[in-house]
Amino acid sequence: MFFTSLNNIVSLNMDNGFFMAAAQTGVKLGTGEIVGTWIAALLTICIFSFLYDDNPLYKFAEHLFVGVSAGYTMATAFHNVIKPNLIMKLQEGFHLLSKGQIGYRCWENLSYILPGILGIMLILKLVPKIQWIARWPLSFMVGLASGLGVVLTMEAFILKQVSATLIPLLVFNSQNAFLWAPSLKNIIIVLGVCSGLIYFYFSKEHKGPVYGTFSRFGIVVLMMAFGAAFGYTVMARVSLLIGRMLFFRDQWWPAVTALFGGG
Amino acid sequence: MRREIPMAITTISGIIMIIVFFVPRWKDWSDILYTWFLVISGFALILGAGSLLLVNLDKISRRSPGWGYNVVLLISLIATAGLGIFGGINPGSSFYYIFLYVFTPLSATMFSLLAFYIASAAFRAFKAKTFEAGLLLFTAFIVMIGRVPLGEIIWEKIPLLNMVSISKVVEDWIMGCFNAAGQRAIMLGASIGIISVSLKILLGIERSYLGGGD
Amino acid sequence: MTDNTETKTGAKANIIDILKNVDRRYIFLFILLAVIIPILFPLNLPIGTSAPVRNIYDFVEDLPEGSVILMSFDYSPSTEIELDPAAEALLRHAFRKKHKVIGIALWPMGLSQAQRVFAKIEKEFPEVEQGKDYVNLGYKAGGSVILMGLKEGFAKIFPTDDKDTPIADLPLMNKVKDISNVDLVVSLSAGVPGIKEYVAIVNTQFGKPVAGACTAVSAPEMYTFLDSGQLLGLMGGLKGAAEYEQLLQKPGNASLGMDAQSIVHIVIVLFIIFSNVVYFMDEHQKKQAALK
Repeated sequence: MFFTSLNNIVSLNMDNGFFMAAAQTGVKLGTGEIVGTWIAALLTICIFSFLYDDNPLYKFAEHLFVGVSAGYTMATAFHNVIKPNLIMKLQEGFHLLSKGQIGYRCWENLSYILPGILGIMLILKLVPKIQWIARWPLSFMVGLASGLGVVLTMEAFILKQVSATLIPLLVFNSQNAFLWAPSLKNIIIVLGVCSGLIYFYFSKEHKGPVYGTFSRFGIVVLMMAFGAAFGYTVMARVSLLIGRMLFFRDQWWPAVTALFGGG
Repeated sequence: MRREIPMAITTISGIIMIIVFFVPRWKDWSDILYTWFLVISGFALILGAGSLLLVNLDKISRRSPGWGYNVVLLISLIATAGLGIFGGINPGSSFYYIFLYVFTPLSATMFSLLAFYIASAAFRAFKAKTFEAGLLLFTAFIVMIGRVPLGEIIWEKIPLLNMVSISKVVEDWIMGCFNAAGQRAIMLGASIGIISVSLKILLGIERSYLGGGD
Repeated sequence: MTDNTETKTGAKANIIDILKNVDRRYIFLFILLAVIIPILFPLNLPIGTSAPVRNIYDFVEDLPEGSVILMSFDYSPSTEIELDPAAEALLRHAFRKKHKVIGIALWPMGLSQAQRVFAKIEKEFPEVEQGKDYVNLGYKAGGSVILMGLKEGFAKIFPTDDKDTPIADLPLMNKVKDISNVDLVVSLSAGVPGIKEYVAIVNTQFGKPVAGACTAVSAPEMYTFLDSGQLLGLMGGLKGAAEYEQLLQKPGNASLGMDAQSIVHIVIVLFIIFSNVVYFMDEHQKKQAALK
């Protein structure tokens, strides 16, 4: 009865694209999919085994994760960045050069040799004796990001945010009626931002009727912000666990029923 | 010159990026720099994986404790990268199979452990020892209850409290008012810090990115 | 009498010690059961909607047919439970309204996440064609720098799509040359680079409307952008995705997960209250012992 009700619940689940409850829809899962799902389930249990105690299964899964993650990054970087943005450009450039079509497009494509050389210089960081060569491309990247960061941060995260804090403290509607809720909200936002900033200024002691009071209100506002952040963090972490349990219900269970003949 | 030239490169590239915002006619320079950055970033990812490879090879050669696990790491790195680079990365490839059935469950499960740890921390460590801690916990309670359907149903059953909707309290007042104010204050402070560090890098005062040695 | 009082006090102290030092594996078991039981026996609790999510829904709903939406898949499998449902719901809505979608990724794993989501939702809309109605331009490293380059044109940054088809051969990209041809940008983000970079560059520099879907961890920070108008809407965490599914009237994994979310939240709140009661009882006992 338990398995029947489980099958019924799975059949009510939405199609998740790769797996359907095989027993309900008659869609057969391929051998590859069944084997893959069992591998995924076993690896999941290896990781969860850490909750009981550290053990070799967890360590194996952990190292496997790091290796696959790094391999994934390498392969994606090659196919999505180096191949289209460097290799194919250079190929086209040399192709045009070999055909004698030496024009703007040819030189534009061949100019990618320069970032290619800088990229190879970056890889030389792995060779201890000549790793200083990697400083050139690294400095280029750091400089670019810093320069970009100065303007973008100033405009988006300072000027726009300060502008959003310059809001009316008393709000009236078109009939000149006082709106207490938006007014209170605006007052809290303006005072909250100012007092939060005052709290972060540690060059002056947080004492006195004005400075001390503002600083205290700043703590209250910050604690409420951190409380909200904690609540949302709990939500996020729990969601991740829910995701894994949904995997067992929606993907592993159909693979089990498919393996043992369905239903 | 091993440090001076890189510092000059940093300053020049950074200043070009700033000037282009104020002199749009020079934007062709920034376009060139963007495409160069894009290519070099791809090599940076490969550098990261390569560094991992060397560290683990070193541990295996020295037979460090637990070196067997480093062998697992190396084999999985080389296999995944090799299958991806030579076999393609699109759906249907062996690389994609590894992504679906090895990487995805490992990645998702590794982070899902945090749910257990946050519950354990909630039970053992979150004590309202001061007024501020109590305020933090109280706000967290309201948010945790208000953001889930069961919490909304429970709230509606409590007399006096049910005069106002908890989702409105959470959304409009806690998140949209107090949280927004606090996060904005933090963002302003952090942004000023970012600009300060960026300027120090561009002016050559901050040189830690160059690493040690000559 | 004194013996009984001392025995009672001693017994009480032992209970407090036991409660203070509960083996964390029992707590883990509690949480596991609190997640598993509602998943196996759903409560089907009603899910309300909030303004930040409704804003995104209304904006997509009001866009004229054939509008272009840029979706940026900036997350990895570790956060797919929160962001895959949001991506699927948004894509479903876009295809229902016959909008065009361009997928890009600023995270390496975002490429494969995008491939999965497109493959899944494409099955529900047989009339939708890759290359004509949607494209997946793949991943590029560089974060903010990539976004700055979008102003000059997609072709320079994304010369091919994820299947190595040259961008010139994609009918959709013949009409969409650069970011100015995009009507809405949505960043599905689990960190950096993500929504903040889109707000700083695509909204602040290029003036394009930006919406976001993020993990619940990042959501509180995004409320400053909602308040300043730099973000037009936000789907925060699993709840945000569940709300969008409700608006679409097509519940998915996010809606299914809200039952378990509800139970676990209540359990954690009770844990905190319980541990604080034990703490204050312990403090009271220590004070009593100090007075004696």
